[in-house]
Amino acid sequence: MSILNGEEQSEAESTADSPAEPADPLIELSDVEFGYTAAPVVENISLSITEGEYVAIVGPNGSGKSTLMKLILGLLRPDEGSASIFGEPSHTFDDGARIGYVAQHASASKEMPITVREVVKMGRFPHVGFGMLSAEDHKIVDEALATVGMSDFANRRVTQLSGGQRQRAFIARALAGEADLLVLDEPTVGVDAESVDAFYNLLESLNDEGITILLIEHDLGAVTDHAKRIICLNREVYFDGPTDDFVESDALARAFGTAATVMGET
Amino acid sequence: MHVELFTLLQAGPLDTVLAPLYWFLSLWSDLLFFVEGVTGLEFLQYQFMHRAILVGLCIGVMAPLIGTFLVHRQLALIGDALAHTAFAGVAVGLFLNGVFSLGVSPYLTAVIVAVIAALLIELISEATDAYNDVSMAIVLSTGFALGTVLISLNAGGLAVGINQYLFGNLSTVSAENAAILLVLFGIIVATIALTRNQLLYVTFDETAAAVSGISVTWYNRVMVMLTALVVVGAMQIMGVILVAAMLVVPVAGAAQVSKSFTQSLLVSVVLAELAVLLGIGVSYYGGATAGGVIVLVAVAIYAVSVIVGKLQERASDDSVPELGSIDSTEA
Repeated sequence: MSILNGEEQSEAESTADSPAEPADPLIELSDVEFGYTAAPVVENISLSITEGEYVAIVGPNGSGKSTLMKLILGLLRPDEGSASIFGEPSHTFDDGARIGYVAQHASASKEMPITVREVVKMGRFPHVGFGMLSAEDHKIVDEALATVGMSDFANRRVTQLSGGQRQRAFIARALAGEADLLVLDEPTVGVDAESVDAFYNLLESLNDEGITILLIEHDLGAVTDHAKRIICLNREVYFDGPTDDFVESDALARAFGTAATVMGET
Repeated sequence: MHVELFTLLQAGPLDTVLAPLYWFLSLWSDLLFFVEGVTGLEFLQYQFMHRAILVGLCIGVMAPLIGTFLVHRQLALIGDALAHTAFAGVAVGLFLNGVFSLGVSPYLTAVIVAVIAALLIELISEATDAYNDVSMAIVLSTGFALGTVLISLNAGGLAVGINQYLFGNLSTVSAENAAILLVLFGIIVATIALTRNQLLYVTFDETAAAVSGISVTWYNRVMVMLTALVVVGAMQIMGVILVAAMLVVPVAGAAQVSKSFTQSLLVSVVLAELAVLLGIGVSYYGGATAGGVIVLVAVAIYAVSVIVGKLQERASDDSVPELGSIDSTEA
């Protein structure tokens, strides 16, 4: 658990005036339970996330955050209860282009020679299938690179990038896929503080454009500075609500089992 | 009662299927006779060399193509494991021929056994959720052990011909084996060309590929089966023991000097072709086993690539471009 010094909530107004008209949930879990063995890793999970939200799932190590993310994405099937995404059961959902996924790092070997542009082009693969990328696809790739400020890095090898630049490339891949939902699994691990700020600003501007953001984070400081809604998890949901309420609640201490607080908030 | 099945595998019907390829082989031979006439290259006067060169050229394309996807997933060992099970397949073929006097090509039985082994490795990895050294080592040893047992059971004349499978041999590339290799080559290159996007995505980022709707399990299966086919195809010249090197060494060399993935695919094919052609030439004039020479040449090329890569790095512009603005709304 890392606790960063928070700054003033700059997006206070934008959270205040967003009760909005009820929209169809983009993600919905009801009474979800899952375990790799007999003991459940997560249980009694019911939550729904609607379009345009900026939600962070936080919790201590081993609290089931990544498992919950896999259940949402349909990479795992719940033992009990149901998970749906874009109105379809998660495990049968196949319009993968609508979801952009960003993790700490890719699974390939570190020596793999691959350029930033080649990575971003992968975002178009769900659209083109076995075919070739069209001129229009290439244009979308260029735009995605420009959006994350990486146009000048397009032909550099991914291995030459810093952690922050690499994450921008992965975000660009999601944008090239024209994803409606961005799922980020601890995206800022190993990224320097300055880049982390720029990274969260980028997420914020994408959220302003209507992209739903689901962030799995252990860095509570960053989360409380940026996310608009917090789901605090430790096997069960300990808290689910607006960020401001989370900071004032005792959910953190209960979920983490310590007298943890977010610094900078009084 | 299995006679019908065996007859199907025998030379007769197979020859009919392969007929157009035999025609292509004779055309290729005519071409190389012509080259010999023009250049006076002595080794081009033998038809077996024509077939060996054609097989070598095919290996130089298909081995690094599939090898690129394996190496960057740190699955270099899988080629070795499958080569050793392919050896068991060869032994099965020789055993059937010895016991039932069938004319089955050992390469056909090798294809079948290697593909089954490939699926087995993949199923084990799906069940255990990881490719692991131990299961790979077990499959490798089992294949090789089964091969040696079958061969020793059937002793007598069989042990004599086994060297060609272990170490490869230029002069034993028959027209039939060359034709079988052309079929494998077509299947492998076409499959990779068709599924290149998916294979790349799965190689680079398995979870993101799965989220984007690509069936990772399915493409992993495709990849190991293609590897099995490549290994059996390349085994004729390279031999069981060294065949996996062609999947790995040119790819490792290309990774040193390439700036992009597409470039690394092309460079690895060029390096592999260089190794194959130089290797065949050197082994002919030096009277050495082709497989060994090809691998030594490939390793020498790899060493040069490492040096070139380092020099490139030094010569390249170190300046890092400025990160652009991320404020998309104003862009």
